Amino acid sequence: MPGKLKAKIVAGRHLPVMDRASDLTDAFVEVKFGNTTFKTDVYPKSLNPQWNSEWFKFEVDDEDLQDEPLQITVLDHDTYSANDAIGKVYIDIDPLLYSEAASVISGWFPIYDTIHGIRGEINVLVKVELFNDLNRFRQSSCGVKFFCTTSIPKGYRAAIVHGFVEELVVNEDPEYQWIDRIRTPRASNEARQRLIFLMSGELQRKIGLKVLEMGGNAVVGYLQCFDLEGESGLVVRAIGTACTLEKLSSGSGTHTHPNTAPASNACNSPSKDGKEPVFGEDLPSSSGPSTPFRALPTSSSSPPPFSPSKPCSRQSSSSDTDLSLTPKTEMTQSPRLRPGIFLCPSSPILSTDTLSLPGSGTLGCGHYSGLRATTPPPLASTHSDSALLRKSVSFTEDLLLAASGMGSGSMGKDAGPLKTLLRQQTQTALEQREFPFFTLTSFPSGFLLHVGGVVSARSVKLLDRIHNPDEPETRDAWWEEIRQEIKSHAKALGCHAVVGYSESTSICEEVCILSASGTAAILNPRYMREGCLDLGGSDQRFEDPSPSSCGFCHIPYDELNMPFPAQLTYCFHCRRQKVPDVLFTTIDLPSDAAIAGKGCFIQARLCRLKKKGQGEANATAISNQLPFMEYELHTQLMNKLKLRSMNALFGLRIQISVGENMLLGLASATGVYLTALPAPGGIQIAGKTPGDLNTEQHILNIQKRINDTIAKNKEFYEVNPPDLTEEVVGSPIPEPRLRSRLFRSHSESSDELSELDLSHGKKDAFVLEVDDTDAVEDIHSLLTDASPPKGFYSCNTETMPGIYNWTSALQMFTSVRVLRLSNANLSNQALNKVFTDLCENLLKSFYFKLRSMIPCCLSHLVFSVAVPEEDLIQVAVTAVAMTFDKDQTQEKPAEKPITKGCSEAEDQLQFSLELCTDSSSINSQSSSKNSGVPESSHLSTRDRCSTWLELLRLKAHTIRRGSVKTSRRTQSLAHSVSSLEHSSPLTEGRSRSLRSSRSFGGSSVSVVKMTPLSFLPGTRIVKYVGIINMFFIRETTSLREEGGVSGFLHSFVAEVFAMVRAHVAALGGNAVVSYSMKDCVLMENPNKNQCQCLINVSGDAVIYIRETDQEVTGSTANIGLSCTSSADGAT
Amino acid sequence: MAVELDVFVGNTIIMSEEVYQLWLDGYTVNDAVKVRMEGGVLDEFDAKVDVVLSDTMDQYRTFQMCERLLHSPTKLANQLLFQIPPHRQATLIERYYAFDDVFVREVLGKKLSKGTKKDLDDISAKTGVMLKSCRRQFDNFKRVFKVVEELKGPLVENIRQHFLLSDKLARDYAAIVFFANNRFETGKRKLQYLTFQDLAFCAGQLINNWTVGAVDNMVEDMDVDLDKDFLQELKELKVLITDKDLLDQHKSLVCTALRGKTKAFNEMEANFKNLSRGLVNIATKLTNTKDVRDFFIDLVEKFIEPCRSDHWTAADMKLYLTHYTNSAHILDTFKSVTVIFMYLFCTFISPARVTLFIFSSLAFLKFSKAAWLQES
Repeated sequence: MPGKLKAKIVAGRHLPVMDRASDLTDAFVEVKFGNTTFKTDVYPKSLNPQWNSEWFKFEVDDEDLQDEPLQITVLDHDTYSANDAIGKVYIDIDPLLYSEAASVISGWFPIYDTIHGIRGEINVLVKVELFNDLNRFRQSSCGVKFFCTTSIPKGYRAAIVHGFVEELVVNEDPEYQWIDRIRTPRASNEARQRLIFLMSGELQRKIGLKVLEMGGNAVVGYLQCFDLEGESGLVVRAIGTACTLEKLSSGSGTHTHPNTAPASNACNSPSKDGKEPVFGEDLPSSSGPSTPFRALPTSSSSPPPFSPSKPCSRQSSSSDTDLSLTPKTEMTQSPRLRPGIFLCPSSPILSTDTLSLPGSGTLGCGHYSGLRATTPPPLASTHSDSALLRKSVSFTEDLLLAASGMGSGSMGKDAGPLKTLLRQQTQTALEQREFPFFTLTSFPSGFLLHVGGVVSARSVKLLDRIHNPDEPETRDAWWEEIRQEIKSHAKALGCHAVVGYSESTSICEEVCILSASGTAAILNPRYMREGCLDLGGSDQRFEDPSPSSCGFCHIPYDELNMPFPAQLTYCFHCRRQKVPDVLFTTIDLPSDAAIAGKGCFIQARLCRLKKKGQGEANATAISNQLPFMEYELHTQLMNKLKLRSMNALFGLRIQISVGENMLLGLASATGVYLTALPAPGGIQIAGKTPGDLNTEQHILNIQKRINDTIAKNKEFYEVNPPDLTEEVVGSPIPEPRLRSRLFRSHSESSDELSELDLSHGKKDAFVLEVDDTDAVEDIHSLLTDASPPKGFYSCNTETMPGIYNWTSALQMFTSVRVLRLSNANLSNQALNKVFTDLCENLLKSFYFKLRSMIPCCLSHLVFSVAVPEEDLIQVAVTAVAMTFDKDQTQEKPAEKPITKGCSEAEDQLQFSLELCTDSSSINSQSSSKNSGVPESSHLSTRDRCSTWLELLRLKAHTIRRGSVKTSRRTQSLAHSVSSLEHSSPLTEGRSRSLRSSRSFGGSSVSVVKMTPLSFLPGTRIVKYVGIINMFFIRETTSLREEGGVSGFLHSFVAEVFAMVRAHVAALGGNAVVSYSMKDCVLMENPNKNQCQCLINVSGDAVIYIRETDQEVTGSTANIGLSCTSSADGAT
Repeated sequence: MAVELDVFVGNTIIMSEEVYQLWLDGYTVNDAVKVRMEGGVLDEFDAKVDVVLSDTMDQYRTFQMCERLLHSPTKLANQLLFQIPPHRQATLIERYYAFDDVFVREVLGKKLSKGTKKDLDDISAKTGVMLKSCRRQFDNFKRVFKVVEELKGPLVENIRQHFLLSDKLARDYAAIVFFANNRFETGKRKLQYLTFQDLAFCAGQLINNWTVGAVDNMVEDMDVDLDKDFLQELKELKVLITDKDLLDQHKSLVCTALRGKTKAFNEMEANFKNLSRGLVNIATKLTNTKDVRDFFIDLVEKFIEPCRSDHWTAADMKLYLTHYTNSAHILDTFKSVTVIFMYLFCTFISPARVTLFIFSSLAFLKFSKAAWLQES
């Protein structure tokens, strides 16, 4: 019985009128946890009831504490008929279970009803008394901290990074139960919401247990997703990276709780527990486990070519998708120089005309293509018996080559003994764990040694073939397969780990596409070892010799046995190691990477028609399309990258979404010019039929436009690398002429090659051949991608490469657009255009709407596409716009505080451009409003106030003193409303009516900032108060009255934001970082005037303070405000 | 290729004041888009119609959702649905409650009832203010009226607190409420030359000096109604015209003071009895509700028009009234009542109000009224 949960219902406000006759409400509240329910008294005839209830106490297991939400239901009492529900509040009490996080949840929560939306607010106080339980067989994992942030949270230090944790929970979807036919939509929605709360609680608890078992105390990069499988169930799954985090005791004056149970557990348990996967244990004896890596190609990585079940699918995908690894497309003159080793890059054509290949290509090419041509039949036959259609798509060429061509013993030739040793050691550490995956996207410096490239795998499954839909085994097995594949891909790239790892699904009817992707990498083993907490330490022998600014670009694979055709050069930075000419990754740009200019958002979009189908045939059709889509997307990305004269992609995220009659592919990434990599060449247009004057003229025109665009982009993104061409010539290894070809046709004529050579001098060119209308279209679409307007930049990574001096204004937004394809008989081309326009227009309208923030950068642009029904394309975007200081773009972050410290109200003045005239007067007013609050002492304030808050309040007081006269008078609740009220000469008796309507929480609501990034510019995060993971359903049967689908969704999204903010504020936080909208599932039926929407959001609630001012500004005053406002009812 | 759904929601409210104004003015989304495109400000951004349309739609939806909250502005500060920076809240409220002088001039003094609301389309046609905007403004008046009606204490202050309006706007609303409550007739053709601001100024003076609240803040009454006792006292002025001796005495005092100071002296002297009779008659009748309603029209007909036909200037008028009241003051019986009464008239007489004069007199007015009360 290790926990006592206490809840107190204080008051309500703005309740809806439930009794038409009196225009009032007789409200009472039910508080439920587990199976225990308490009720407050009925507060008759008021829209602003003051229940001020006793403390309701629940004595529960900590297992329940983790799983269950506290459920608060507000009802209207009705003497004669059943009580009417006004709405509910679910409170996740998990944040109260870590010792460091919030100690009390207290504040105003929106009362939410799935049919009516927000209906008033309720003030609640929740506390937990936790007793220590040392039972080692316990089922709970209280105390394990969860972070959505995909980097080591600010203020913490990663003592050990344990590695990948995953879990999956399945349940029957209430919406598909028989009872759903007879119950109200409200009951059904509530059952669903509650179930998901329970499931995600359970999931967190189970993951927590795994973390404890590994010896960790936290999960970073926690990614939880829902799969609404329909009939077959509702799946909640999560992945994350287990870590042992230590709180940094910086001199910030923030309160540092000593690490509690979990932490100490982490330190001690491994030694007792032999079976724990401790990677560091073998390390000291470096000679012992040196074999694994050598053995690797033959033993562990052999499955790809030899295992009976997988090869065909692998190969099928391998030849046409070079997706992941960018270098591969850089096809040099390899066909002539090294025939038989490389795949012919003309692969895409293979699909249409495979037979032509053997003649045109090389030996290897012919061989593989042949395999591919035969792929589909065996695929279907082999897998159908297992009721699963499976096809993996990945850039497996590398894999093939790694397996077959590389053989054993190649290792160590290039890298030198040190590297070998290093690899072997890390290898052993990582070999021991099932999946050496990390969901993190940015790392402490020194953690990431080398990056191989993107690895990805997809597989198509049929949901109606699951034998045991209620059990997680089948899904576990699916994911297991995919992860194995990812793992082997990484091995093929000579990497032992996968970073920036993520998983996703796309479901349409009974077909489900599972996808996983990440970046193959070699990590520094230090972080994975026990007993090596001292980071600066003695491990010099593991230090990679290459500098951090370019080290990660160096190839991890063996130069002589490259897993795929790539053009290697010596690193332009250190000149000691080889680097590929292009690098694609799913991670963020390492902070110490050397770049030129700014980054830019690059997106490849693709839309493919698909015949409607059922079951296996449908799944086969989809899986056959996937490789081609990936290839197309990859080609687009590559072209667009060249067009911006950049050479690396970060944060690459490829989403493939399946609908009944089409497949959507969307790849987003942030392009960067890495100075360590060779300069990209231009794009060369080649005509198919020389001699035709018209065509030539046309091609010349296009060429000119492309060149202009490249020049323009160079200027816009300030890509002005030092002129490297000269140096290249002088570099130790004579540079083979770099030429990359991308063929749009299978017929290749060698004389064309020579012609083209002349045209672009010694610079490497990327050739686009114009031979049919498709190609022309493609080139056009390449050029129609508008660059952002002046003053705007965009990226999908955490930070915009090349911009350092952020100012504090930010605006997080969510935008959803659904397009109905009016014309059913669209061609692929037309469809592509529609889809591309949709995305482009979205971006354009963001720029327009946010124009008042210029100069500004849209960061962390996350697009997610879906095909909710036939002929509908839905795109949902969440991103944040952040302003930066234009004048000092070149300045380093360290200097920025000084420049922006003075403007106190900056965060309130998001639209300073528009409102500069009267802002000054209002500021003074608002500051005087705030000033009084820190003075007033209230119950809950005391409860919550940790030392730092006290400190801030003290400071706030000192600052305000003198400027505001009224601060001493704010003792009473009513008086704290505003300074205006002080001046009112009303007597107590006369003004009662006035007061009663105003008194509730007259103080303004505390500001809660939200951002999808892990940081807030210009501020310091002093505390993580808990993870936010919420799921809401909203339904309406009066769609028209609510302003149509747009009106419906607009208010729902606003409501979701409001509920997130309220929960954060109740936890004492003033911001959400790493916010993301995981799901937005919209189902409409305009004919029936109905619509339903599900939204899942998550993030980390934090408390931040301004970096610059030791003086305290709006933010802290607002914390004070939130405290007092929550206490208003209590007094 | 129809856009089925298009929303854009920011964590902090996203609005442009331009669009807000268009929404308040009653433009439909399409018209607003047209106006914005023509505005040309968007040229630099190379904005296409669809982009502007999408932006306008988003903002219109936001405003519609906010409207409910704007009806009780104090809620806006502690609602959770939208995160609105304080300065933006102030703008939203201030603009929402702002009104067109042309429109308000039409409904000033009318009963804020459903009947009047039905006439709004006529007013809309007449004033050129869009019907939607008319409705909003009318509903605002009505809402403010309803809330303040019941409340004790200073009218302006009550409005300012409940609707979080600026001082200026609160005063204007006080005037509107005051006119609506007392149902002053302002629609007559002869009164058309008075603008809303002229009348609002008068209302301000009346609220400050003629209501109970003006006399004593602690009294259990409010600013909305005229002080009945005061109106009763005004009846005593009747002596000024009924008592022949007093009338002559008064006239001679005034004329002595005015002689040589104005070109219009002859007319003043000739008309003295008429004018005095007119003024006093108006004052003594004010106990009747009906006559209160006609207060402004009577004043114009009985006093201002005769003066005008004699080509008095504003300065003449001021001079005349100053001496008229001063002289009455000298006559034992009535003192301050007259003083107050007369000075107020001065405010109506010339649309080009002699603001400085009025304001400087204000302190004196208050003082004398208090003195008068003490004496009585």
